[in-house]
Amino acid sequence: MSAAAGYRSEELLAVCIARLIRAVPTRHIAVGAASPIPAAACWLCVKQGDPLRLSLLHKRSGNPFTDGSRELFDLTGQGRVDLFFLGGGEIDGQANLNLIGTGDWPGTGVRFPGSFGSAFMYYMAGRTILFREEHSPRVLVQRVAHISAPGTSEPGVYRRGHAQALVTGRCIFHFHPERARFSLASIHAGETLESIRAMTGFDFDVPDGVGETPPPSAAELALLQGPVCDEMLETYPEFCRRVWGRSRAA
Amino acid sequence: MTPISLEAMAASIPDGAMLAMPPDNSLPSVALAKALIRRGARGLRLVGVPISGFATDILIGAGCVSEVNTSAVTLGEAGFAPRFTEALKAGRITIRDATCPAMHTMLQAAEKGVPFMPLRGLIGSDILANRPDWRVVESPFPAPDGSVEKITLLPALHPDVAVFHAAMADSAGNVWVGRRRECATIAHASRRCLVTVERVVEGNFLEDERMTPGAINATYIEAVAVAERGAQPAALLDEYGFDTECVLAYARAAKTAEGFAEWCAEHVFGGQRAAAE
Repeated sequence: MSAAAGYRSEELLAVCIARLIRAVPTRHIAVGAASPIPAAACWLCVKQGDPLRLSLLHKRSGNPFTDGSRELFDLTGQGRVDLFFLGGGEIDGQANLNLIGTGDWPGTGVRFPGSFGSAFMYYMAGRTILFREEHSPRVLVQRVAHISAPGTSEPGVYRRGHAQALVTGRCIFHFHPERARFSLASIHAGETLESIRAMTGFDFDVPDGVGETPPPSAAELALLQGPVCDEMLETYPEFCRRVWGRSRAA
Repeated sequence: MTPISLEAMAASIPDGAMLAMPPDNSLPSVALAKALIRRGARGLRLVGVPISGFATDILIGAGCVSEVNTSAVTLGEAGFAPRFTEALKAGRITIRDATCPAMHTMLQAAEKGVPFMPLRGLIGSDILANRPDWRVVESPFPAPDGSVEKITLLPALHPDVAVFHAAMADSAGNVWVGRRRECATIAHASRRCLVTVERVVEGNFLEDERMTPGAINATYIEAVAVAERGAQPAALLDEYGFDTECVLAYARAAKTAEGFAEWCAEHVFGGQRAAAE
């Protein structure tokens, strides 16, 4: 984001996610691979004093799991994880996620890395915040090419939670599983309803009174750039270098 | 316990073997992957536990692999795995897409010696639609409210060989992996288990209460080879970290077949003499 705004895009998105975390009572959050901005949001909540338990899959020192990498999935299956984060190469208007690829199965167009734990975690976590910085018609599509994990499930399939929201580089959507649709929640500075519509491949609801996403406060920015970055340097060195220009002491 | 050489270990893995390997955050034996490239292995079927990383991408790039059964192939912060992506597009490899807990569940069924285990989630995912080996059934146990639940049964997965890199082996041939217990799961589930280690130490981990929880019993271990810094560029517990610079440089080089070949000449074949000593 521009220097004039006084904050970076990554910082705004971390603050947006932190607010969504606080909007619902949350005890235990698990953060998966390649999720530096959601991880920053969780650390921000912790540094602001929220009594959260954070389980970071990719934390090397102090990793929370003592029963191997299956333990995350086992405890999520039991209902012990209130919140998880997922993204997608494609996300559609019914909150279906595609981490497989485009073209015919298994991704003969663009191949994405794969589905990770999404085809389990999306059902079994208490709720999921969807995050994808790129907000364009190629990512936010009418219908995903392949479903790694569905946004809603038919009766008879055990499902504990759904998407709470979708945070992008342009706006925040809330998700409504009962009607399997997104509604616009707030628009980041510099965007308009028209620009969001133009860059979104799916239809969404627009409630009255949708406003601009509040910017990060000076206190939030100070925490992100200081103690939050300190916590992230080991696990996300490239992110910390790119966003905050900081490297870990050798 | 007498360690064998890394090259002898690679030679003992036949072409076409099904190899279970942990990803970059949980003790991959990059050293053995490089030795397999040097021996010119072909037709390997790799199992990602539960995903696949750097070692998988270099094996694919070197033409050693025919199939990958995994939940993702990624270089983490360095992005997409370039040789995997290229080989899949060119049709040189097959991928059997899964989701992380499904990989664990299939291996846990093998650990227990039962034919299958159930897993929730999955239903409504195209992963399931593309796995004819997975079956959806009605649970024979109704929910407390009497409703019937549909659930997926996953068959036991028995890899031919488990391969990982442990911090150390002891005199009795036990190996120590700290908290990375998924290495124990693949050791239990696989027919053979080959382990590279940083070092061999005197004594027996199973007689030390503090070491036992991170140990894997020698019962499961067929052979050990010493390979110092054998997980690199991946991390080894608290001993050394992930070498982001190295993997970023690899990701750039391996965008093309020529770049990958140059990278291999330097990092796989250039180190051959030192590794064989």
